[in-house]
This record gives sequence, C-alpha cells and structure tokens, in this order.
Amino acid sequence: MSSQDIPEENLPAEQEHAHGAVSVADEENPFADPGLPPHEHRIQDIDERAAKRSERVVALLFTVSMLATVAFIASYLAIPHDKSIFVFPIGHLSALNFALGVTLAVALFCIGAGAVHWARTLMSDVEVADDRHAIEASPEVRAKVMADFRQGAAESGLGRRKLIRNTMFGAMAMVPLSGVFLLGGLGPAPKDKLRHTMWAKGKRLVNMNTNQPLRPEDVAVGSLTFAKPDGLEETSEDFQNEIAKAALMIVRLQPDNIKDKRELDWSHQGIVAFSKICTHVGCPISLYEQQTHHVLCPCHQSTFDLSDGARVIFGPAGHALPQLRIGVDSDGYLEALGDFEEPVGPAFWERG
Amino acid sequence: MSTAANESPRARGKAPAGERVADWADGRLGIYSLAKSNMRKIFPDHWSFMLGEVCMYSFIIIILTGVYLTLFFHPSMNEVVYHGSYVPLQGQLMSEAFNSTLHISFDVRGGLLMRQIHHWAALIFLAGMFVHMMRVFFTGAFRKPREINWLFGFLLFVLGMFTGFTGYSLPDDLLSGTGVRFMEGAILSVPIVGTYLSMFLFGGEFPGHDFVARFYSIHILLLPGIMLGLMVGHLILVFYHKHTQFAGPGKTEKNVVGMPLLPVYMAKAGGFFFLVFGVIAFIAAVAQINPIWAMGPYRPDQVSTGAQPDWYMGFSEGLIRFMPGWEINIWGHTLVLGVFIPLVIFPLVLVAIAVYPFIESWVTGDKSEHHILDRPRNAPTRTGLGVAWMTLYLTLLVGGGNDLWATHFHLSINAVTYFVRIFFFVGPVIAFLVTKRICLGLQRRDREKVLHGRETGIIKRLPHGEFIEVHEPLSQEQLHTLTAHHQYEPAEIGPVVDENGVRRKVGTSEKLRAKLSSAYYGEDNQIPKPTVDEYKEITSGHGHH
Repeated sequence: MSSQDIPEENLPAEQEHAHGAVSVADEENPFADPGLPPHEHRIQDIDERAAKRSERVVALLFTVSMLATVAFIASYLAIPHDKSIFVFPIGHLSALNFALGVTLAVALFCIGAGAVHWARTLMSDVEVADDRHAIEASPEVRAKVMADFRQGAAESGLGRRKLIRNTMFGAMAMVPLSGVFLLGGLGPAPKDKLRHTMWAKGKRLVNMNTNQPLRPEDVAVGSLTFAKPDGLEETSEDFQNEIAKAALMIVRLQPDNIKDKRELDWSHQGIVAFSKICTHVGCPISLYEQQTHHVLCPCHQSTFDLSDGARVIFGPAGHALPQLRIGVDSDGYLEALGDFEEPVGPAFWERG
Repeated sequence: MSTAANESPRARGKAPAGERVADWADGRLGIYSLAKSNMRKIFPDHWSFMLGEVCMYSFIIIILTGVYLTLFFHPSMNEVVYHGSYVPLQGQLMSEAFNSTLHISFDVRGGLLMRQIHHWAALIFLAGMFVHMMRVFFTGAFRKPREINWLFGFLLFVLGMFTGFTGYSLPDDLLSGTGVRFMEGAILSVPIVGTYLSMFLFGGEFPGHDFVARFYSIHILLLPGIMLGLMVGHLILVFYHKHTQFAGPGKTEKNVVGMPLLPVYMAKAGGFFFLVFGVIAFIAAVAQINPIWAMGPYRPDQVSTGAQPDWYMGFSEGLIRFMPGWEINIWGHTLVLGVFIPLVIFPLVLVAIAVYPFIESWVTGDKSEHHILDRPRNAPTRTGLGVAWMTLYLTLLVGGGNDLWATHFHLSINAVTYFVRIFFFVGPVIAFLVTKRICLGLQRRDREKVLHGRETGIIKRLPHGEFIEVHEPLSQEQLHTLTAHHQYEPAEIGPVVDENGVRRKVGTSEKLRAKLSSAYYGEDNQIPKPTVDEYKEITSGHGHH
C-alpha cells in the first residue's frame, strides 16, 4: 500500500521525535552517541483502515488454525492407517501420517503467524530503553555478607573444633562409597568372557541362511558364506551374545593364492574361516571383493586381506581378523578344530 | 495497591475476578514483586536472538512428544515374535523394544507422526544449539557476566548429544544397534578398566538383555531432568543479566533498548513457539526419519552399508574413522590407541569451546561487564579461532561420512580418508589465517567508511578533467555505530626490575599471557579504529572531494 491511500487527516504534520531522544550533533565528538533515533510510524499507527486490515488478517489466521484442528480430528477418525497416497514430489506416504501432520502443522503455524503479525503490526513498536544495573553487589552489601558468614562460621565452631570437622569430612567422604558399591551389581566381572566363543573342537559349521551344516563342496570359489556354530538357534536364550562373538565368514581361495603359511595350515582345501566381527570396534564385516580377496567393514572401512592372514591393509583396525581352524568330520561336514586362539572383536586392555 | 481507584471497587467486593486471583496468588507467592521487574522487561530485537528460542521450543516439543511415546514404548529386550500390521516383518523374532516401536509406527494412530516429530525436533534442537552457540561465540556474548551461562548452554549441548544418542538407540534396530556396538568397542579400548566398564554398562557381554532398559531411564529421566534444570537456570540468567544488544545509537553498556515482554515479546516469542512446532510438524508429515522397519531388528552379526549416526554424533564417527589403527602390546596388555585416542579427543574438542571464555578473559585481563555485542570482524583472533574450530568439526563430519562422500562423488574412500587425516591438522590453521585476514580487511573498510564516507556510486568530473567518485559522509548514527567498539592494548610484561633495582622473576604464565595478548591485540592483529582527530583532520582539512 502506498502513502496515497492514507487519508489526509491521518498523515502526521511532522514525524515527532522519539521519547527523550537526543539527536543534537556533537561538535566536539562526531562519534558521540546521538541517542535513540526517532520512532518511525507504521502504516497501522496512522491509518485505522490499515490497522483494521491487520486485525482481519490475524483473525483469519486464527480461524484457519481452528479449521485445521477440525480437519485433524476428521483425519484421525476417518483415514485408515494402512492407506498410502502419492504426494508430488515426495512420493508415496502414509495418508494418515501426512494428513495428521499437515493439519497439525497448519493449526500450529497459523496461531504463531497470527500472534507474530499482531505483535508486528498492531502492538506498539516504540523502542524503550531500560537501565542495567551492575551484577556485582555494592561494597557495603559485600561487607555485610562477609561479616555474616564469618559470624556464622565462628558460631558453628567448625574451625575451632577440629575433631568434629575432621570426623565430619571423613564421614561425608566415605558415605558415597556405599553408592559406588551398589553400582557393582550392574554387571559381572569380565574374567575371560571375551576370550572364548561357542566354537569348540568338533562343532560343525552351520550355514547362517539355510540353517544346514556346510560341506566343503557347498562353498564355491568367489562366494562369501556366513556360518554359526551347530546348536546355536535364533530362539536360544543367549543367541545375541553368542552370535556377537561366534559369527563366522567362510571363503574358498585357491590354496596357491594363500600367502600366509598358518592360514594355509588352518584351512581345508583352500576354505578359510575368519571371525566376522571387525577387530576395530566390532561391526560385522560384510563386503567381499572376490578378485582381491579383500573384505571391507562397512562401518569404518577397515579392509582386510583374506589371502594373507586377514591382515589389515587399510582403515582404523589395529590387528588381523582371528582365524578359526577347520577340518572335515567323518560325515564330510566342515567342523571347527577348536575355539579361536585369540579373542575376537575389538581389542581391550587384557587382550595382550 | 493502595490507590483510591483500587480501594473503591474492593470496598464493594467487586474487584475484577482476574485481579482477585492475582491478589490471592500475590499473598502466597509474592508474584507482584516478580512481575514488577519482569512483566515489562525490555528485550532487544535482532534476528539472531531467536536461535536460542528455537532450541527452547524444540526442547519443549521433544518433551511433549516424548511423554506420549513412553505411553506405548516397552523398554525391554525380551524376544517376541512380531504379529503387527507391517507384513514384511511378520513372524520375525525381535526385542519388545523394536516390536513396540513398530506398533507405534503402524498401529497407533498418529504414533508415527509423534515419533517423527520427536526425532526431527531432536535434530533441530541440536542444530539450533550449535548455531545459537556460534552466535554467542562470534559476538562475544559469553563475556562477563555471562560465562556461567555459556557453560550452562555448553552442558545443554553435550547432554543433548547423549540424550539423542541414548534415544535413537532405544528402538533396538539394526542401525542403532550398530552405533551401540561402536560405543562398546570404544569403551573396551579404555586402558585397565575398559572391559569392566563395558560389562557394567551392558550387564554382561554385549549386547545382553539390559541396555535398552538402562538407556531408557537415562534417556527419559536422568538426562532430560538435568537438562530441564539447566535450561531453567539458563533462562533465569538471561532475565537476570538482561539481554545483550548490538552497538547503535542510544545503546550503551548501561542500558538495554528494545520492546517490552508484555505484550510484544509475549506475542512474538509465544507465537514463535507455534511457528517452530508447526514447521517441525510439517517436516514430520512429509519427511521420513529413522524408518526402523526398513532396517529390521538388531543382530550383532548383521549390518547395512552407509551406516551413519545422527548428525551431531558425526564428528565422533569421523575421529574413529580417520585414526590409524595403532595398537601397542606390552607386558601382556594391549593399549588400543587407534580407538582410545579418538575417545580422548572427542571430549577435548568439546571442552575447547567450553573453556574459551575463561582463556579470553585471562588474556584481556578485562574485569568489566560487557553487554554490547562485538561484530565478529572487530575480534579477528576470536573469530579466527571460532572458524578454525568449526573447520575441525566439519572436517570430522566429512570423515564420519567418508563412505558417503566416496560413493556420492565417485571418490576413492582411501583418498577421502587421507584427506581428512591431513586436513584435520592443516584445515583449522588455514581457516584461522584466512578468517583473520578477512576480519582485518573488513575492519579497514569500516575505517575507510568512517573517515571518507560511503561510496555513492556517483562519478563526478572535475573541471580539469579528473573523474572522482563522490563519497557521502556517514550520519552520526553510523559514525557512532562503527566506532563504538573497544580496542584492547596488548598486555605488556611489567618492568623486570623493581624500584630497588632488584630483578623480578617473570613467570612463564605471564610471558605466555603477553604473547597471546599481542597475538590478539598487537600491531597487525587489529586495525586501529579512527580517532576523532583523524576524522576532523580529513573532513575539515582541504575540502576533501
């Protein structure tokens, strides 16, 4: 709206100066504070019609909010929870979530927009100065507090009666120990729990996907197979804890390609079994590059060379993946020839 | 309340109901003395002052939606078979935590919306605090008397990070479980007590049956309880100190210029709560967040690629990803430096910003109160340090997402990681130097403007043919605003010989302080602001332009 729309009688003869503003240019100091600038009127301050318009806008926003709440309730009652709608450009969305969210958003936003528009156009926008006071107390108050404290301390006799003071400090220092000991119940001592897994001599390697014991001929060159120890079922009580240590990955390499002698000794016809748990911070390793025999942990990109004792060739892991010694039992199934010889997973102080 | 106007209606027993209620409350709570100083309290206006409000409102939204979620969430790791309405997971074994989160998402009407508002508000809360802290840092609002409030805010940010982490770990989905595993691996790296800490936190071996229930009480009670207290304290201090303001005509260290709480800020700030809530509700309506059903329940032997924590944890992820895998084995023990060093740097990165106000006040030796904000350019060293810190933080964020950078921009993951390793050290130094130069350049421009006026863009041809650009002198308001900042003198080491001619020992801390002080305020580290004399000489002298 332009100034032509303002009725003549509403135009101020002259912009009046703000309350108490000093705007006299200082001859001595051109950088001196000229004081608060004069208040500039808004259109609503001088034109009642503009103010009325603002009022209608605010009321309209509040009304839209009410309508949106009604729409929210209607959506809640009417829209089935499994209905899906297509919203351009986002794609398919849950209709209920979309309707509830948008109506709630409109209901809330319009209240906010109305209040802010009201404040900006109709409430006074005259800037006011308020005094600040030092946060620090005056010297008199400070002296009084200090005197009070000294008197209180003297009356308590804390400084004079050393026996009381020392025993009190002792008691106060010791009583939290009870709390510390209570926290002892949070968990068991580590003992050698992290050193052992479910693998043991004679445990068959069971395919994680088919739940069938693995034969050497099931493991093809270039494929990555995940295995668990025989007897560990998803329904087992401690499945999560056990699989967190026992998870195994199996690949078949050409025996000539195996560079590490111990790896070759512990393999069976080129089939090698390594812990699937990364030695960095324990993510399961799942990316296998069959040409190079590298495996990559997707969490922090530690890369291990399975043809060379699973040593670390890149990334933040500190040591090679532990290898499980495997063989074939009398029925022709792959079996473990013992537990891992070193702890699996992330390194820790007692690992050695 | 003893004016005649108030007495007469009371005598007839007909004071307005509101007034009578207020009188009743005043007699018991003393609300009038509280309202006397606060009801018309003045708040200065600047867009950057609303950042803190965004934080406060998103925190309230998180509490509201969080309480709703607790009504349906079961913080238990007992394994159950899923029978809900999300078909792909039917019949699968999962923890009750995951099961109830699916229930909230698919079978509670509006439950998904509440989950998504809760999670989006958490991201916005943390982002808001981050930007709010930047505002406070770069304008020097942390100076006396507000150092304690800076610490309150800092604690809110750090606790907010951990509340967020414990919160998104609760659904026990594959992604968050991977994050918890990372935390367990990091805890194991702590020398001597690492394995004990891990066993105590998880009630035995990872993952055990306890951590969801334990994280739950930490997430909904312990941390938010502390944060609520800190936030109330933060606000009380904002009221008590009165808000800072930028320099300008009529604004001094002794006053606060703005509009009153009642009605303007009541309406603006109150309305702003609804705006923030409305925007977050809209985001939650259209933008999916943390679709746990797509990730599936947690299994320690499974993982997906591109696993990322929520953004505010990303810098810790960066630390752990770029660190070389150092491990030292001595006397049958392992020092897992590759994980432990990041675990130590993680808090140090944060503590650096917490202690900054105390370092700066030690360097300046300034004991006075500051209520006028600095423009970042007028504190070049501080601004440089702040940008250096942010560069470090952002470098770590890049490092935390090195796999995504590699896949999205077709880069080698190794190259991205090596870049982060180098830029972690070099980046902040470059950022510091560049920022400081920019600040000094801007200071020179301000000086130029004050002394020679504003460039008008009008080209004038002089009688002898020379072309000049007409400069327009600044108004006194502008002159004042551009010269209002205080410039410190670098601290000198006092005389090394006392009045009796005895050599005094100069401590290392005194030497260090003098060095730092000259790095902050010495020659070349700030541009002297124009003096009145310089201004007069130029403007009155030889009819300049």
